[in-house]
Amino acid sequence: MTLGLINANPVVHAKKERVVRTEDSHTDDAVDPLEIYDFVRDIRDPEHPYSLEQLSVLSEESITVDEKLGRILITFTPTIQHCSMVTVIGLCLREKLKDHFPPHFKVDIKVAPGSHANEESVNKQLNDKERVSAALENPHLRQLVDECLYSSEL
Amino acid sequence: MNFADEKFELIEIQRLEGHTDRVWSVAWKPGSGGNGVPALLASCSGDKTFSSFDAATAIWENVGDDFECISTLEGHENEVKSVSWNASGSLLATCGRDKSVWIWEVLSHNEFDCFSVLQGHTPDVKMVHWHPFMDILFSFSYDNTIKFKIFKAEDGDSDDWHCVQTLGESNSGHTSTVWALSFNANGDKMVSCSDDLTVKIWGADIARMQSADGNAPWTHLCTLFGYHDRTIFSVHCSREGIIASGAADDAMCLFVESEDGLVDEPFYKLLLKKEKAHDMDVNAVQWCSAENTLLASASDDGTVKIWQLTSSSGNEKLSL
Repeated sequence: MTLGLINANPVVHAKKERVVRTEDSHTDDAVDPLEIYDFVRDIRDPEHPYSLEQLSVLSEESITVDEKLGRILITFTPTIQHCSMVTVIGLCLREKLKDHFPPHFKVDIKVAPGSHANEESVNKQLNDKERVSAALENPHLRQLVDECLYSSEL
Repeated sequence: MNFADEKFELIEIQRLEGHTDRVWSVAWKPGSGGNGVPALLASCSGDKTFSSFDAATAIWENVGDDFECISTLEGHENEVKSVSWNASGSLLATCGRDKSVWIWEVLSHNEFDCFSVLQGHTPDVKMVHWHPFMDILFSFSYDNTIKFKIFKAEDGDSDDWHCVQTLGESNSGHTSTVWALSFNANGDKMVSCSDDLTVKIWGADIARMQSADGNAPWTHLCTLFGYHDRTIFSVHCSREGIIASGAADDAMCLFVESEDGLVDEPFYKLLLKKEKAHDMDVNAVQWCSAENTLLASASDDGTVKIWQLTSSSGNEKLSL
């Protein structure tokens, strides 16, 4: 892995104010993009002690839901064009959202168009369920992902 | 079967539950399922096991002898992704997440012995499939290509695998990951499916193939597009030439060759689309070779389903 930080000076944004939501989201099958956003905004960036929201990797506009077709698209923006942690961020999103939706929903995770030098290759990997599964079986990657997901809960 | 005039349906006749994770692949043992021979079905799963289901009994359970087999077949380091029997049922190929392809020899009493392990010959092999009657192994991959290999047993201990041809974008091949491949009964047509949302049909000269020990080129014949809107994970041709496909849109489609095409170009049309065949992605579809109208499917929902193809004329089973 690389020695120095890829992006040593990321731009950090203030956290958006949170809207308190009621707890009855489990009773209905409707999938609310803002509820999904709430669930992923605090995932920690693999490199910096900030959340994906604070680094503007994710925003409310990142999540689009098509209830009728049962499709969810999550678009994230790596902080720089050659970010080598981009697949790790994608894996974090996959793992965090695993089992989160009714089973018929299909989840696509992509980098925002034009935001990464290897956009096509990254998108292909993140949307190949076999590759994702294989990646999460890699102990090193697994550890990275777990750190990003669980450090925010400390 | 009269495909033009009759209306067809796929009816679910059995659901097998037993795997604890998504079921990736399912395969009928050749020669089983008809003429009084009980059908034998193998399935493999993310739960890292390989199960044999005996279709003759009403309860689907692991055959007792196979506990021994399962311990042998746990040779793969992680998920067993794909299984394929060769034509005679004497060899079984499995392909795992660890990128290796294992060839198993079937001994008597349904015991399996590991015959050969092929390491890393193609990056990220998605699936392996044998030619219907020649021992040619086809593999296809995340790199969007299809490769064929011929096995040559050398004198002594060394086994040599040669890659004979690679079908890629320049041959009108797929533009994204190839997930599956299947042959027609004659062995001169091949169907492939991909993340690029298409099903492609390929052809080869069978006489040339037989005289050259399998070494004959394949050419693109036809592309089917617009029937699935998400990754197509599996295709399989029945003995009567019905192509079944299974995809991440939870649906299955059946295609047949149509008379409406031009003289030299084969043309395929949709026979039926089964929406919501499973609750989640359909990962595999396979026709039973001895019983033409039986189709098995496997899904991320952890189940294997058996379907019966019926016609509107009211016959429960279509005669061959």
